[in-house]
Amino acid sequence: MSDATDLDVKDVLGMAEAWSAAGRGVALATVVETWGSAPRPVGSHLAVDEEGNFEGSVSGGCVEGAVIADALEVIEGGAPRMLEFGVADETAWQVGLSCGGRIKVYVEKVG
Amino acid sequence: MNLETLKTLNAERRARRAVALVTALDGGAQRLVRADAVDKDPLGAEIAARFRSGRSGTVETDTGPAFLTVHVPPPRLVAIGAVHISQALAPMARLAGFDMMVVDPRTAFATPERFPDVRLIAEWPEDVAGEIAFDRYTALAALTHDPKIDDWPIAQALDAGCFYVGALGSRKTHGKRRERLLEAGVSEAAFSSIHAPIGLDVGAQSPAEIAVAVLAEIVAALRQDPEAEKR
Repeated sequence: MSDATDLDVKDVLGMAEAWSAAGRGVALATVVETWGSAPRPVGSHLAVDEEGNFEGSVSGGCVEGAVIADALEVIEGGAPRMLEFGVADETAWQVGLSCGGRIKVYVEKVG
Repeated sequence: MNLETLKTLNAERRARRAVALVTALDGGAQRLVRADAVDKDPLGAEIAARFRSGRSGTVETDTGPAFLTVHVPPPRLVAIGAVHISQALAPMARLAGFDMMVVDPRTAFATPERFPDVRLIAEWPEDVAGEIAFDRYTALAALTHDPKIDDWPIAQALDAGCFYVGALGSRKTHGKRRERLLEAGVSEAAFSSIHAPIGLDVGAQSPAEIAVAVLAEIVAALRQDPEAEKR
C-alpha cells in the first residue's frame, strides 16, 4: 500500500542484487518523476542485465524497450543518465496506452 | 549503485525496517539512510515524513536536487480474538492494504467458516510468537476482553514498538488491565500509549462500525506525525 516497489510480485531489487553478485553487468532504472496519469508510480524499478534480461516495470510496458536500450549503454559506460518520456505520443497509442502522462527515469549501473 | 549498498538496502527491506536511498541527481553520489539514523541525516526531517507517507520523490538540497527512494514495509495487523469485530475488520483491512492475521485459541470462534479470507491461527498467542512477529510496522488490536488471551500480546506489542496497540474494553476493564500489566513489568509510559477504549470516537454501535473506528485509528497512527498533533 505504501511503497509500490515493495508490493511488486517479483522482488526487482533482490533480482538486481543476485544478478550483480553472480558477476553479471546490471543496471537499475527508477521512475523519479511523473506528470499526469503515468502508469507506474514514482519509485518503481526496472532491473536490466547485460544481455537484456529484465525484471520489473517503469511504465507498464510502454517505454521499457527504450529504457532497456539505454540501460545496456549505462552498463557499458558506467555513467548514470536521466531519460524522459511522454507516454501520450503516437507510439504509446499503438501499444494501447492512452494515459497521457509523462515520466522521468533515472538509469544507473549496479556494482 | 554500489553492490554493497544494494545488499544493505535489501537486508533492511527483508528485516522489515524502513530505509531510504538518497541519490544526488547531479553526479550520482548515493547514501543509505536507515530508520535508526534518520535523526543524524541532513535530510532527516524530510526522510522521517516520507517514512510515514511511504512516498519516494525528488527534493532540493543545498547541493542540488536529490531523489529519495523510500522503502517502507507493508503494514501488518494482528487481531487477537476471532470475534464479530474481527470478522468485519478482516475485509476492510485487506482493502486498506494491511496484511492481517487473526489469533484466537478458542477453536469455537476461530473457524475458517467465520474467517474465509484471512490468515487464522487457532492457538494461544504466546505459542505462536514467531508467526505473530511484532515489529514497528505491525498494529495490534486486542479484541477478546479476556485477560488470559489479550494481556500477553499487548505487553509484547508495546515492547516491540508496534505503531499501534489498541485494546477493547470499558474504562473499568482498562483500569484493571493497567494494574495487571504494570505488575507484569510494563512501564506507565508504554501503558499510556495503548488506545483504549479502542477506535476513534465516531459513535460506533455495531461490530462493523467499531471495525471502521478501529481501522481509522490504525491508519491515523500509521500516517500522522505524532509531533504535529501536539503543536
